Amino acid sequence: MSQKNRLDGGQIDRNHRLSFSFDGKNYSGYAGDTLASALLANDVRLMGRSFKYHRPRGVFSAGSEEPNALVELRSGARREPNTRATVAELYDGLEAQSQNRFPSLRFDVMAINDRLSSFLSAGFYYKTFMWPAAFWEKIYEPFIRRAAGLGHLSGEEDPDDYDKGFLHCDLLVIGAGPSGLVAAQTAGRAGAEVILAEEDFTFGGRLLADTGLLTDQHANDWIAEVVGELSNLPNVRLMTRTTVFGQYDHGIFGAVERVTDHLPEPPSQKPRQILWRIYAKRTLLTAGATERPITFDNNDRPGVMLAGAMRAYANRWAVAPAKEVAIFTNNDDGHRTARDLNAKGVKIAALVDSRADAPTSPEFEVLSGAKIIDSRGRLGLKSVKVRLQDGSVKDLTCGALGIAGGWNPNVHLTCHKRGRPVWNDHISAFVPVPDSDPLLRVAGAAAGLFSTHEALQSGADKTIEALKDLDISAHLPDLPQAEGAPVNIAPFWYVKGGKGRAWLDLQNDVTVKDIKLAHQEGFKSVEHVKRYTTLGMATDQGKTANLGALAILADLEGKTIPDVGTTIFRPPYTPVSIGAFAGRSRGKNFRPYRLTPSHKWAEEQGAIFVEAGNWLRAQWFPIEGETHWRQSVDREVLAVRKSVGICDVTTLGKIDVQGADAAKFLNHVYCNGFAKLPVGKTRYGLMLREDGMAMDDGTAARLAEDHFVVTTTTANAVSVFRHMEFCRQCLWPGLDVQLISTTEAWAQFAVAGPNSRQLLQKIVDPEHDISNEAFTYMACGEITICSGLRARLFRISFSGELAYEIAVPARYGDALIRRLMDVGEEFDIVPYGTEALGVLRIEKGHAAGNELNGQSTAAMLGLGRMVSQKKDSIGRVLAGRPHLMREDDYRLVGLRPVYAEDTILSGAHLMSVGDPANAKNDQGWVTSAAYSPHIGSSIALAFLKKGENRHGEVLRIVSPLDNMDIQITVTIPHFIDPEGVRLRV
Amino acid sequence: MIINHPLLGPRDAQEFVYLGDASLIDRPDAMAETALNDFHDYLYLRDNPAGSHQELWFHEQGDRSWLVVTRDTASHEITHVELAVDYAKRRGRDR
Amino acid sequence: MSENLLAPLTALGKTVPVIKKIGGITISENPDLAIVSLSARMGTEQDLQNLLKPLLGACLPGPGQAQFAEDITAIWVGVHQWFLMASLSDHPDYADEINNFVTDAASVTEQSDGWAVFDITGDNLVPLLERICNLNSKAMSSGDATRCLIEHLGCLIICRESVRNFTILGPRSSAASLHHTFVTAAHSVA
Repeated sequence: MSQKNRLDGGQIDRNHRLSFSFDGKNYSGYAGDTLASALLANDVRLMGRSFKYHRPRGVFSAGSEEPNALVELRSGARREPNTRATVAELYDGLEAQSQNRFPSLRFDVMAINDRLSSFLSAGFYYKTFMWPAAFWEKIYEPFIRRAAGLGHLSGEEDPDDYDKGFLHCDLLVIGAGPSGLVAAQTAGRAGAEVILAEEDFTFGGRLLADTGLLTDQHANDWIAEVVGELSNLPNVRLMTRTTVFGQYDHGIFGAVERVTDHLPEPPSQKPRQILWRIYAKRTLLTAGATERPITFDNNDRPGVMLAGAMRAYANRWAVAPAKEVAIFTNNDDGHRTARDLNAKGVKIAALVDSRADAPTSPEFEVLSGAKIIDSRGRLGLKSVKVRLQDGSVKDLTCGALGIAGGWNPNVHLTCHKRGRPVWNDHISAFVPVPDSDPLLRVAGAAAGLFSTHEALQSGADKTIEALKDLDISAHLPDLPQAEGAPVNIAPFWYVKGGKGRAWLDLQNDVTVKDIKLAHQEGFKSVEHVKRYTTLGMATDQGKTANLGALAILADLEGKTIPDVGTTIFRPPYTPVSIGAFAGRSRGKNFRPYRLTPSHKWAEEQGAIFVEAGNWLRAQWFPIEGETHWRQSVDREVLAVRKSVGICDVTTLGKIDVQGADAAKFLNHVYCNGFAKLPVGKTRYGLMLREDGMAMDDGTAARLAEDHFVVTTTTANAVSVFRHMEFCRQCLWPGLDVQLISTTEAWAQFAVAGPNSRQLLQKIVDPEHDISNEAFTYMACGEITICSGLRARLFRISFSGELAYEIAVPARYGDALIRRLMDVGEEFDIVPYGTEALGVLRIEKGHAAGNELNGQSTAAMLGLGRMVSQKKDSIGRVLAGRPHLMREDDYRLVGLRPVYAEDTILSGAHLMSVGDPANAKNDQGWVTSAAYSPHIGSSIALAFLKKGENRHGEVLRIVSPLDNMDIQITVTIPHFIDPEGVRLRV
Repeated sequence: MIINHPLLGPRDAQEFVYLGDASLIDRPDAMAETALNDFHDYLYLRDNPAGSHQELWFHEQGDRSWLVVTRDTASHEITHVELAVDYAKRRGRDR
Repeated sequence: MSENLLAPLTALGKTVPVIKKIGGITISENPDLAIVSLSARMGTEQDLQNLLKPLLGACLPGPGQAQFAEDITAIWVGVHQWFLMASLSDHPDYADEINNFVTDAASVTEQSDGWAVFDITGDNLVPLLERICNLNSKAMSSGDATRCLIEHLGCLIICRESVRNFTILGPRSSAASLHHTFVTAAHSVA
């Protein structure tokens, strides 16, 4: 199909023809086109349907501020909804679909909403979907989502890769228009590290869309010259397709680089986008300005667009949206558009200028003091209705209308740290407060300096100023001569007295009437109006809409615009895909995982793994014939009780504590005493928080007078280390103590069961006597195994059996578990996983994470007497608060079902038999439960009020969630060997 | 945010873990008669200024130093950073 | 210790170190590094400096710095704390060796097995490094060494030669995740 709206010239590569499709129909365009420019070239004005009323809409802008032309780009898993056609670079084979219409863009049944508009006004959702509340989830929300959604997600996994990165610079320049280019040139020549980031796919900014000369050069030649120079400077990084979307504290910026979005698909292993975190010592915002419309009835038809955009399409992309166009303006810039289009051979139906004293033109008709009051054309503009200065009304036939309501500086990034722009009467727009942020300066149109001359000059000046802060001296380059036209604008925001709907926010379908209604209903603050009407929300964040609404509010309030105030902007400046935020953190690599030294071996055994924090731990080891996890776990538990089992416990935190005052230090961090622990012995230790609650437990082994190895639970390894460093550096800096984590350095295995010593004797080198007499319960020592490998041995037990933990340098962990399994064959050794570990410790009555949940005192755990009153330890004082010492507090108990076949589940609550199951009768709760193959029934640990005096009582446990209501007998919390005989044999 | 580490220079706040008010360093005498009240106030009564605030940050992904950072809680401006160990010693914690 | 009957695995769980060449970048696992941590006892920093000076040929390095001697690398890791690194095959019991050497001047802790060590070399590693950590890698020169965050993991990064040669130490248990990060980033920039 021919590109019937294509003009001469432009910055497109006519030798590089590209084919693409929109809604299944094939078109052609050129390299350098955006989807929007290529569609316009092919005389496609209708590109989408509006959000709420499903009104036919066409492209409105030529940049990232686009509210209307949102499409679904690509197909299959790469389908991307809500892509702005104005920034989608054309590539060969591009497929796009319109959205928010059914069955087709030209005929959309939901356009019925447009007829019902009087019911769908501001606050419609709040008023209509109020009640009944039960309707919300099932009826209202699905309805609203279906009716009002824009594009649709593919529902498939994104096949592309995304990456992240970090950049550092002296000066970050945001936007590469005339101001930004000169800034980068000035800083680059001064030797500063510079990043020049441009959201477009080519440098030049507004220069690309205009025709003025720079001295005697065409703008393109000047751009090429500057970019050429910059690309040869090693200290300048040029980044196109890169949007700096957020400013954060202390010079940190977020940027997204669309590396391969302009290709049909990324090359293998190359990222589609990169999320950059930029550390900038100084930043210059040269992000330009965005044009704003003037509002009148039916101002939303396809073909109505911003005049600056129309000029950009003509000059940069060589496209006119129609053969005959009209312009509606309140300032001189509209005349420039008319001149440029006229020069390109586009017929100007008339230039309608709201100013009575508008400049005239020899080239086209200027209607001064006139206003456009309505338009016609259902699927595309056919004519506009003009009220002339004398009050008469005239129709103008035109296929497109360019509206020039003035320009708003792109101040967005200056607001991200809560900077509030101020009103500038001269340009009738908000501008950043000059010099308000020493880290971020603003130049060019973003600062309200609209002429090319001012842009160039301020870009250089502000750069020199910024670099001076960094003691880098920079010099003003020879700036080209450029137009310095002053801004002539007579603010005019909306045509009053219309009877139809005049659209302010095209993306959210907010009309002038909606603002009036909101105001009438009491929503007078801008922030309220915004939320009530949805003005300024969604992908464009009201870039073209906000100020018009403020002007109306100002009228209604009888105030000036600055008195009404403005909403400020949050990141992101333009939408950022979630994939970019995720980067490489996807699937298995969502976060780093940690493998135990026996992982490879466990995998070979067919172990089932469980995530414990970032660790992958073997949960159980199924063997042939086992079809249910309980079979494996029961077998593992019984094998430990009967002979010997082995479990990887490397994940426990290990902290090396050394120094002359090491024991004194541990006395402070543990509530129980360590000063008198002999060398070669290990002791259980309980750490409290300063509020007296249990924080963590573990063991401390004294390897020398001045050397301990402390273990923590797996979950708290990091936080306990942090806490101990706090104690060391902040609370007791006078103690000679040094800490370092050694969690990763040692592969540690629990070897548990009556035959564990015999097993270990097979690998421990003969010079180390580990007999019961020589290496007693709670002994520890440095030994060698397997002919000289250094190892540590601790005689400690979590299972309640005779047990040891043996540690070797991590690299030998794999070999050690294989060796232990080999030599343990004669004892029918089994590996056991975390499930069996849990059952064994519940049988023994050891507290773990479920009991140490941050709300338990030592007394509740039955460890109240451990809290030494003779020394100052963390938590001791507040653990002594009367409320925490109450006699009727919870105590750890064991539970057994009255009927052995009943199953106890953790989370259930304890009540007296016969009492109604309610909070009033609640006497405690089940913390841990398991099936005990040793007992032959379900067992549990629980916190029960006055529990230590209630052993033998029959109570009821209730869990409405699990539909459980059974009777249990309270017992001591030790189901096996309460005297600890097994530990000592 | 960027925290200007007294030894390592400017580092991204994402390397640090925040604890809270630096007054946590002024742990009361646990053996004093008034210890129970003192500890209650120490642990639960804090100022929460909108403005300059001394607070504890731990350089967990760095040199494992605890730092006392003086930060304006309204503007995030950081005016002073020092090693907590120096601050603690100055306040007599090593005696 | 080298004579024992058990066979070690590398941090990536292999019997031989994994070496990947991607474009101009080589990522090599280095299992032959003995690492000990050395923390000065209270008030002994000067004694420690005096003791180690002959060994290092220089003072122990200051914050953010490494000192390379003939067969030892020392890096600063914290206040009054350093890592010493040497060839594991030459120094199989490095912690004992250093402990006997410094006696009471420092607390010595074996760290060799706490870390996965990767040597990364290439003509220009800056594009790779800026994808993985927040350091200004372009500005790092030989002898710079610091802890940093790579893919949520606390790592030590040592610049051996500006732009071209870095050693990165990461937590051993996460060697696979760390290696994945290096490899995907290398593919991305290659």
